[in-house]
Amino acid sequence: MITVTIDGKTIEAAEGSTIIAAAEAVGIYIPHLCHSDGFAPYGACRMCIVEVEGMRGLPTACTIKVADGMVVRNDCDKVNKVRRMICEMLVADHPLTCLTCMANMRCGLQKVASYLGIQESRLKRLEREPVVDESNPFYIRDMSKCIMCGLCVRSCNELRSIGAIDIAGRGYESRIAAFNDAPIADSPCVSCGECVDNCPVSALWAKNETVPPDTETRTICPYCGCGCGLVLGTRSGKIVSIRGDKTNPASHGSLCVKGRFGLDFVGDETRLTRPLIRRKGKLEEADWEEALSLIVDRIGIIKKQHGPDALAGFSSAKCTNEENYVFQKFVRAAIGTNNVDHCARLCHASTVAGLARAFGSGAMTNSMDELENADCILVTGSNTTEAHPIIGMKIMNAVKSGKTKLIVADPRRIDLVEFSELHIRQRSGTDVALFNAMMNVIISEELYDKEFVLARTEDFDVLRDCVKDCTPDWAEQITGIPAEDIRASARLYATAERGSIVYSMGITQHTTGTDNVLALANLSMLTGNIGRLSTGVNPLRGQNNVQGACDLGALPNVYTGYQKVDDPDIQKKFEQAWGVKLSSQAGLTITEIINGAADGRIKGLYIMGENPMLSDPNINHVREALNKLDFLIVQDIFLTETAELADVVLPAASFAEKDGTFTSTERRVQRVRSAVPAPGEARQDWEIICDVATRLGFDMSYSHPVEIMDEIASVTPIYGGISFDRIEKIGLQWPCPDKKHEGTMFLHEGTFKRGRGKFHPTPFIEAKEIPDKEYPLLLTTGRYLYHFHTRTMTGRSKGLEELCPPVPVEIHPDDAVKFGVKDGDNVEIKSRRGEIKATAKVTERSRKGSVFIAFHFREGPANALTIDATDPVAKIPEYKVCAVNLHVS
Amino acid sequence: MNYEQLKEKALVDWRNFSNPDTARILIGTGTCGLAAGAGDLIDIIKDYVRKRHVDAQVCDTGCLGLCYAEPLVELRKPGAPAILFGRLNPENITECLENYFENNKWDDPNALAIMEGDSINSIPYFRDLPMIRGQVRIASRNFGIINPENINHYIARDGYAGLAKSLKLSHEDVITEVKASGLRGRGGAGFPTGIKWEFCRNAPGNKKYMICNGDEGDPGAFMDRSVLESDPHAVIEGMTIAAYAIGADEGYIYVRAEYPLAIKRLEKAIKDALDMNLVGKSILGSKFSFDIHIKKGAGAFVCGEETALIASIEGKRGMPKSRPPFPAQSGLFNKPSNINNVETLANIPFILRNGSSEFAENGTEKSRGTKTFALTGRITRTGLIEVPLGITLREIIFDIGGGIPDGKKFKAVQTGGPSGGCIPCDLLDLPVDYEKLAEAGAIMGSGGMVVMDESTCMVDIARYFISFTQSESCGKCVPCRLGTRQMMLILDSITRGDAKVDDINLLIELGETIRLGSLCGLGQTAPNPVLTTIKYYKDEYEQHIINRICPAGSCSNLLTYEIDKKKCIGCTACAKACPVDAISGKPKEVHAIDQEECTRCGSCFDVCKFEAVKKS
Repeated sequence: MITVTIDGKTIEAAEGSTIIAAAEAVGIYIPHLCHSDGFAPYGACRMCIVEVEGMRGLPTACTIKVADGMVVRNDCDKVNKVRRMICEMLVADHPLTCLTCMANMRCGLQKVASYLGIQESRLKRLEREPVVDESNPFYIRDMSKCIMCGLCVRSCNELRSIGAIDIAGRGYESRIAAFNDAPIADSPCVSCGECVDNCPVSALWAKNETVPPDTETRTICPYCGCGCGLVLGTRSGKIVSIRGDKTNPASHGSLCVKGRFGLDFVGDETRLTRPLIRRKGKLEEADWEEALSLIVDRIGIIKKQHGPDALAGFSSAKCTNEENYVFQKFVRAAIGTNNVDHCARLCHASTVAGLARAFGSGAMTNSMDELENADCILVTGSNTTEAHPIIGMKIMNAVKSGKTKLIVADPRRIDLVEFSELHIRQRSGTDVALFNAMMNVIISEELYDKEFVLARTEDFDVLRDCVKDCTPDWAEQITGIPAEDIRASARLYATAERGSIVYSMGITQHTTGTDNVLALANLSMLTGNIGRLSTGVNPLRGQNNVQGACDLGALPNVYTGYQKVDDPDIQKKFEQAWGVKLSSQAGLTITEIINGAADGRIKGLYIMGENPMLSDPNINHVREALNKLDFLIVQDIFLTETAELADVVLPAASFAEKDGTFTSTERRVQRVRSAVPAPGEARQDWEIICDVATRLGFDMSYSHPVEIMDEIASVTPIYGGISFDRIEKIGLQWPCPDKKHEGTMFLHEGTFKRGRGKFHPTPFIEAKEIPDKEYPLLLTTGRYLYHFHTRTMTGRSKGLEELCPPVPVEIHPDDAVKFGVKDGDNVEIKSRRGEIKATAKVTERSRKGSVFIAFHFREGPANALTIDATDPVAKIPEYKVCAVNLHVS
Repeated sequence: MNYEQLKEKALVDWRNFSNPDTARILIGTGTCGLAAGAGDLIDIIKDYVRKRHVDAQVCDTGCLGLCYAEPLVELRKPGAPAILFGRLNPENITECLENYFENNKWDDPNALAIMEGDSINSIPYFRDLPMIRGQVRIASRNFGIINPENINHYIARDGYAGLAKSLKLSHEDVITEVKASGLRGRGGAGFPTGIKWEFCRNAPGNKKYMICNGDEGDPGAFMDRSVLESDPHAVIEGMTIAAYAIGADEGYIYVRAEYPLAIKRLEKAIKDALDMNLVGKSILGSKFSFDIHIKKGAGAFVCGEETALIASIEGKRGMPKSRPPFPAQSGLFNKPSNINNVETLANIPFILRNGSSEFAENGTEKSRGTKTFALTGRITRTGLIEVPLGITLREIIFDIGGGIPDGKKFKAVQTGGPSGGCIPCDLLDLPVDYEKLAEAGAIMGSGGMVVMDESTCMVDIARYFISFTQSESCGKCVPCRLGTRQMMLILDSITRGDAKVDDINLLIELGETIRLGSLCGLGQTAPNPVLTTIKYYKDEYEQHIINRICPAGSCSNLLTYEIDKKKCIGCTACAKACPVDAISGKPKEVHAIDQEECTRCGSCFDVCKFEAVKKS
């Protein structure tokens, strides 16, 4: 710390901070308009000019760094005289409609004008025509209110790397504009709202923000696994504003369109508010007592007649850690079976299986912020900017900083390709061939990290034998990637000081999903790119709490913290902790449970917050299976496609109505806080489950999730040090074994979880169903930015619906010609399992010979087409490859 | 090939070109010459040479600086003096050629000066021309002498000798030499060039950039264009020496896209220099490599500011950034970068070749060397001149420029473009150096010098410059974006006659705020034309405001047009010309102007052949 004097007051300041930051830190106000935390110094508004002894002129406090002994004059006549005239210039160019302005009392210009005591401007009023652009569904741009502070442009370019807007024109005609002054809706704007959040006046304003909040609650976004911090502004039990939480250590205040504008579902009229019971084939409202009694009776009967293993439960990656813990405890202890699973089976089962084998732990090895310091990032099978926008943003920023080279290995021409050094476009399902060939190059050109391989790994010989014939030329034949590009990619990744691999469903959702993951693990170990800062193998988790649901044992083979159910010591430990006898037999996975229901082995199913009727492969088969059940319980916030088939539907609280924790993709356990009351009679999931368990004779009672977390910590070594107190401000990253542990930024430093990292052979195997004469196109599935999963939440936002109406099928222009399809045509797509209707979108994003359909839409469910073939180890279905045919309707 | 070998070869080419025993026609084809019609002359000359079987080579050259006499053609033949002809056109060129080549008749009315050879009574030597006599040509020494597209001409006249010498010195010694010369930035601000180089040299980092600023944007300024068109290798050599000194291996020349000829000649020059290993890899066999790129600017005035220029090269919108960090610490692509103006760099070869002390012989103690100026406005001899610093404004305007034409009185000279100020008659004996001009409220600037006579309204001039800066402001900082707008609106109202006396104080306060509050140098100096005119011509402002009179008779809103009854013969020309039918009167009777209807457009004044329309 150094000392600085501001207006005669001596303060301590951090070295390297700007004058304005040092002043703000001790509560001294220096007027400003264009400065904001998290942005590079800009120096445009000139409001923060100060006098600094020994410096010429009036430097700006936002651009000058403090020095020891510096003497600054801020609130003095000489400075304020200049500021006042500058402020008068702005006031003369700004509508004086403060009382009817949304920013009234919150306006940056108002604050500055008031501080300087501006009474009237002696200058000529510059009347500008109001230019209001309402083309974006979520926000208004009124450029007559713009003060040209540039925060929106800097948000869009500096923070988000989108570049939808910039300053156009010169002099008085300078203005913020999309290219060619087009409406913002016709720009590359992704509606992240970062600009709206940072506008100090109301030139940019969220359409749904009509009154200021009276309370603000910090919580975590309920969409993907990035774990972004939200600040929910509420009033009279309703959410009235949404901001990014600048204190969040991963998102630093950023949000994507879904987090910032897509929370309409919370207050949606169609939320479930009372339990429903099926009577004479129809779901009718009932009271809780009746619904719970019915559930307890029917579970009791099935258990008695068919044994506990005839029952199963789907836990939820949308629910809190505490709720997942309670749910798996309920299934294991109250029902007595390990038949508990959740949708991680469908997304990262192969990650958990693969990385556990190779490293001993199946989670993202490094942290989100570390990406910004990687020398090379290999992104494969992840459309990061759409599925994990905040991580996508970090990758784009890393590339833009000039430090990082990006390789995109993806069949689709995703947006990140714009930022990549190399785009290698493998045929879907041939990832192993590509990675093996890269390793072939790395070994034959001796680019591998011999020291690391020797000191930290085992079975290198096995790997070398496996890839020795996998030359780039061989791989070119299989993947379709030019051999030279494979070599270039291998060299780029292998020679990086810090190489990071980022992947997602494009890797995991294959019948060779586990092999794909193992091959990536091999690649990282071979080059020593693991166990260090900004390296690693980083699976991106797709749900807000899918990491937590896995961690908390919502898996058929493990208790919390990946403690195996078939380990007698572990079983004993949990039997003691829970005071009940437990099954030592691993349970069934989601896909096995569905098949079990179809063939009659499973009689009763309790689904908490999942929608397999859209999310699971081959949904015609899922429907048959669910219909065959004796009893189906669905607990959700909406009457989903799955709930429509249930015998009892229980209304649950949404994320905004509950307390607890979510664990983000970077293993960070973060606090979720209730901001509004649940609608009607809806209850928090953990309360409902505890009630059911207790009625079944297994006493489960907690007064608050804080108690559940304490119990979790007591039985879960990786969560051993976590408590609500410790994560009040900033979440901790597991492993966090004890109360003094600071959490773990990246895994496997010095030694792997399993000791030595293990190389596994991964011979190339073709996907289960590849295109043929009858079904000549390859279908691959995924997500869009504007929707989430089965659209249960995003489908309730008019704006998101407007930005992404159902159901596009992306097809390459060459294929479009071949199949006689034009952009916008209605088409029918057919596989061996089903048929859907969609609208053709002719684009080079799709690889030649492949079509892409997102799985969000009930109007054209992609999973009616997908194949339910699974990976033999992880049981994950092959969503990414199946064969289809297409014709114009 | 080493430098001596290159020079040997170049001399052959040069001797061939400059041999007095051959016939040669040299045409000034800079943009100035072309604008005056040199392009048409080339065809006629070539035609003439072919048809009349004159054995003369026809060559392009750059700008001799005598803009007032463009287009210029120099004729030479064995046994006769080489003569420079001016003010040629398609009508008189053939006669001029015939007189010279066929009739041995030298005293053509268009003959301006003898370039070489025996004296002739009626024609002065070039060096004795009044416009040339006071000049010292260093940066412009090759202008109009060599073919700028022939690298051998440049080398033959000791070009690249400075580079060859530098490469044998240490980086530090090169910087020491430039520091000792006292050379200051010719772009306007006058920062000592050697010290600037030293900052960049000392900045940590392996990758550095050397940038040449050719974004000449001041109205009426064309010094850089002339250098780039007339002697591009001087800039390339200067830049390469600078790159060697600071340790840069890559450079950019930022030049306006509106200078197509300069770009064309630069491209050719860079290619030729590459071919001769004077830039590129391992220059002249040394370990030093330097690549040069050309970046075309899109015509934003603000891109002449260093940090905005850097942003523009990076592909961003050209907007200045706050300093620190200075470009020498973190410039282009965040690497240490050095930026010098075209003219600054054109002086470098001389300093290294002839030594700093020879350079420092010219100029004043703090302002060493020479400076080019673009002399324009109400002056007899417009043109491009290079004079030793310390020369007085009077010498420039009256001796070199020949004073004010049409018998009018000198009123002011504006230096430094929109950032500069207007200097009044009282200060004509002001020595031209960085400090003295600043004391007078003006700046040296890049070299624009606009002369005004008594018919120029100073309020209108101030309004012109502020309207230029307000429309060229990048818009980033508030004082420059909105403050200049407010000043322009006030000046508008003064020239319209609806301002208040207080507005002068408001102008001063706005000007002070913009000066103190703006982000970059362009904003900080933007009020100068207004503040200096208020300082020296306040009465003229007051006349506009209080008496609603424009003393120069230039602000149309403040004029009244009346018909002199004694002179009017009733020809009806004025009534026909009046666009609003404000003039009445029968043919052959005295006409009258209805002052209520009159829009003061001046049409009647222009058409009256009897001086019967009076403007007041």
